[in-house]
Amino acid sequence: MKARIAFTFFIIALVIFAGYAALFIAPDEKTMHVIQRIFYFHVPSAISAFIAFFIVFVANSAYLVTRKPQWDWLGVAGAEVGVACCTIVLITGPIWARPVWGIWWTWDARLTSTFILWLLYIAYLLLRGLLEDPQRRATLSAIFGVFAFLDVPLVYLSNRLWRTQHPQPVILGGENSGLAPGMGKVLVICWVAVVCVMVVVLMDRYRLERLRREYEELRFEVESRTVAAESIKGAR
Amino acid sequence: MKNFESLFAAWMVVWAVFFLYEVSVAKRISRLREDLERLKQQLRES
Repeated sequence: MKARIAFTFFIIALVIFAGYAALFIAPDEKTMHVIQRIFYFHVPSAISAFIAFFIVFVANSAYLVTRKPQWDWLGVAGAEVGVACCTIVLITGPIWARPVWGIWWTWDARLTSTFILWLLYIAYLLLRGLLEDPQRRATLSAIFGVFAFLDVPLVYLSNRLWRTQHPQPVILGGENSGLAPGMGKVLVICWVAVVCVMVVVLMDRYRLERLRREYEELRFEVESRTVAAESIKGAR
Repeated sequence: MKNFESLFAAWMVVWAVFFLYEVSVAKRISRLREDLERLKQQLRES
């Protein structure tokens, strides 16, 4: 418990420092000025969403191979956290785009494939809500989760393969790409802050799924005992 | 500081989404814990 409290305080401090670094330490970008600083939370959220969806992919694949429920719990936890990160990307993107492009949204390859990614994992979560049988739910959602991940490389490559309104990649984007040294350091700090928050939320969401399983097993036991008691009463 | 409001809005969105999501998970955990306790009590009594 003490470790958890200490870790929470560490994360709060890190988040505050990341905000300070993004606002005051990062160098000013020459054309966009202050609005460019959204970059320090928009990009880390996108990378975190990719990580979360990769966790879903690994967990779902492992579930299909081993059939261990723990993988299913990790899969659903990753999907929810990934959707949260992707939601942040889809909201902060248009806030950045409006003053810079003059429009909130355009249906280019990067934006559209990201929106489809968000819809796919919303569908994954809805699918789980529709299926009552736990094993059937885990199997079908695992198959769906493995295929949904195919959109992640497509999102990553979209602005490399096609001409898009979204800027060309500044990280791993070839010869003319790259960040000023000051920008790179602040980006790493902000990314660490977002990933730490993501990990905490993921762990809590996994715990919730484990408790849910415990609840379902206990409820089954109570119901079985009630039915047995009623049948004994009926026999008398 | 032109566009500072937009930057502030984006910054708020990031932490508001994480905060609200964490609160919703914590609420679901505490509700589930209460239900679990109720079921354990039922089992003890039966």
